[in-house]
Amino acid sequence: MILTKGRIMKVFKILSLGMALLTGIIIAISGTTVTAEPVKVGFIYIGPPGDHGWTYRHDIGRKDIEAHFGDAVETTFQENVPEGPDAVRAITQMALSGHDLIFTTSYGYMDQTLAVAKKFPNVKFEHATGWKTADNVSNYGLKLYQSRHVQGVIAGLMTKTNKICYVASFPIPEVIREINTFYLGAKTQNPNAELQIVWVYTWYDPGKEADAAQAMIDNGCDVITQHTDSPAPLVTAEKAGLVGFGQASDQTPFAPNAQLTGTIDNWSPYYIDRVQAVIDGTWEGHGTYFGDISEGAVGMAPFANMPQNVMDIAMDVRAKITNGTYFAFTGPLKDQSGTLRLKDGEVADRAMLDTMDWYVEGITAKYPD
Amino acid sequence: MDASSISPTLLIASLIVASTPIMLAAIGELVVERAGVLNLGVEGMMITGAICGFIVAYETGSPTYGVIASILGGAALSLIFAILTQFFLANQVASGLALTLFGLGFSALIGKGYTGITPPDLSSPNLGFLTEIPFLGTMLFKHDYLVYLAVAVVLLVSIFLRYTRQGLILRAVGEDHSSAHALGYKVIRVRVLAILFGGGCAGLGGAYISLIRVPQWAEGMTHGAGWIALAIVVFASWKPLRILFGAWLFGGLTVLQLNLQAAGVTKINLILFEIPLQVQYLTMAPYLITILVLVLMSARALSNAPGSLGKSFHVSS
Repeated sequence: MILTKGRIMKVFKILSLGMALLTGIIIAISGTTVTAEPVKVGFIYIGPPGDHGWTYRHDIGRKDIEAHFGDAVETTFQENVPEGPDAVRAITQMALSGHDLIFTTSYGYMDQTLAVAKKFPNVKFEHATGWKTADNVSNYGLKLYQSRHVQGVIAGLMTKTNKICYVASFPIPEVIREINTFYLGAKTQNPNAELQIVWVYTWYDPGKEADAAQAMIDNGCDVITQHTDSPAPLVTAEKAGLVGFGQASDQTPFAPNAQLTGTIDNWSPYYIDRVQAVIDGTWEGHGTYFGDISEGAVGMAPFANMPQNVMDIAMDVRAKITNGTYFAFTGPLKDQSGTLRLKDGEVADRAMLDTMDWYVEGITAKYPD
Repeated sequence: MDASSISPTLLIASLIVASTPIMLAAIGELVVERAGVLNLGVEGMMITGAICGFIVAYETGSPTYGVIASILGGAALSLIFAILTQFFLANQVASGLALTLFGLGFSALIGKGYTGITPPDLSSPNLGFLTEIPFLGTMLFKHDYLVYLAVAVVLLVSIFLRYTRQGLILRAVGEDHSSAHALGYKVIRVRVLAILFGGGCAGLGGAYISLIRVPQWAEGMTHGAGWIALAIVVFASWKPLRILFGAWLFGGLTVLQLNLQAAGVTKINLILFEIPLQVQYLTMAPYLITILVLVLMSARALSNAPGSLGKSFHVSS
């Protein structure tokens, strides 16, 4: 048979019609066999789960959700999403691909989460460590400052040069209040303790974090703490024969001789709770969860590398914080410029904690602008 | 707190450490550019060397194998660049940029399972009594092998280019490839070898960051060090010994801003004026200096640049 244009077109039309029919049949079959759809939960991570710090603990929370709910829940995640406009793209993509619940695990995703939430009123969003909420956006955080205060106490007792290094990330309220609570803890044990603060303007950058820690060590400090996500500052401390605190997870494997303790973020109870709420249909926005040390949401790595008397004092302070009899942000409290922020006996409320933009009195470093 | 708490010996010591990776990448790139090829892929080669060195060091447990692997990794990526520009006569600028992006992505891909791991430690040479000297001891003699190797490479390249015949041939190829070809020198071969050397050095520089300085692997961990290396080559007017000065200056600025922050220095007093010192200005400084140098150099019509820099060579029959 001679191949003419007409005959080719005819064959083409028959084939494409057949393809369309086949596709339709397949969709119909798959549509009828699916019974209950699993709840789709998405996570937006600021760094890699392998950071062994902040994102690592969120990923453990995600894995705990999968272990707890099995086939009823399907989880996905996207890592290394930068804060800013690109986050909108990432969150939108998740919302478009059928997710029911999306966790955005960093402060810098706050406005982006709200913007996407407006466009997708049927998708539920949970934003970590911010303060803005909406009908379909809930907020959650942990009272990490409780653990940080105990660390401050230990630092005040362990420092011999009276200089403590602090590798800080961004000057946002959460970081400022952690610096303040840490300093207050150190001051209760050692009035001469001084904080050296270096801002690295990143959450996860092992190179920069290590350099910052080294610069402060060269300047004479001997206890290192951080609000960044990698174990690099602690490793630097270990190399220099000094001590410090892990961040967000137990970083002992990286620095067995240097880690005194560290905060361990435990997001799992809250995560399982919220997914259950979505399954039950009871999920509501405008939530403001603030996990407490007494409920196990804020853990501390085992105290190590410190003398017994330091451990005893630290355990005592921790117990007092856990049973609620002691709270670091209790008045009288003045800020760096001398203004009275908390009157005698007054306790800082959630609003003050969420919008803290001042250093407490005694911190000599200049407040970053 | 004031600047007096910054110890000059420790500052210079950390300056030397910070300058080593860019020094290695810059000296490699200098050789490439003196041969007449503009390789903008230095960043990609550095990070490829970093991940190759990291993976091999971690898997074999030997940091020495890691260092060798990093040189080979950087050289392998630069081989792609050599084939593209010397055999396919692709545009050098475009190929280099493409390889930077490729190197960054490729290293992120193969480095996926390696975040959060500490590689085996590369020991430092024990220089015994030299470390006891009051100031110079801490400043100069307490570093690891690669620091001294970097300076040695710079000195050797300087001698090679100035005093050996092969160095002269390389320079000739870079100045005027048509005349060099007419004299019977194998232009393509010389350039490919130079590119491989440059890639290897860049890879070694990258491995220094991932195996010694940090030491960990993180995506994109070179953070533009390759671009700084390119700037240093221009800053040094393509003269090897000036690479030392350039690397120390740029490395020093990075380290200085951290030290000033740690010491709580926020202002500089200049007789009557008080200049507020923001962290961001210091971070900008290396790049600003590079722009300044480039402007000054173009004012003199880039007189020191190799004559055939960036031009593809093909035999015209």
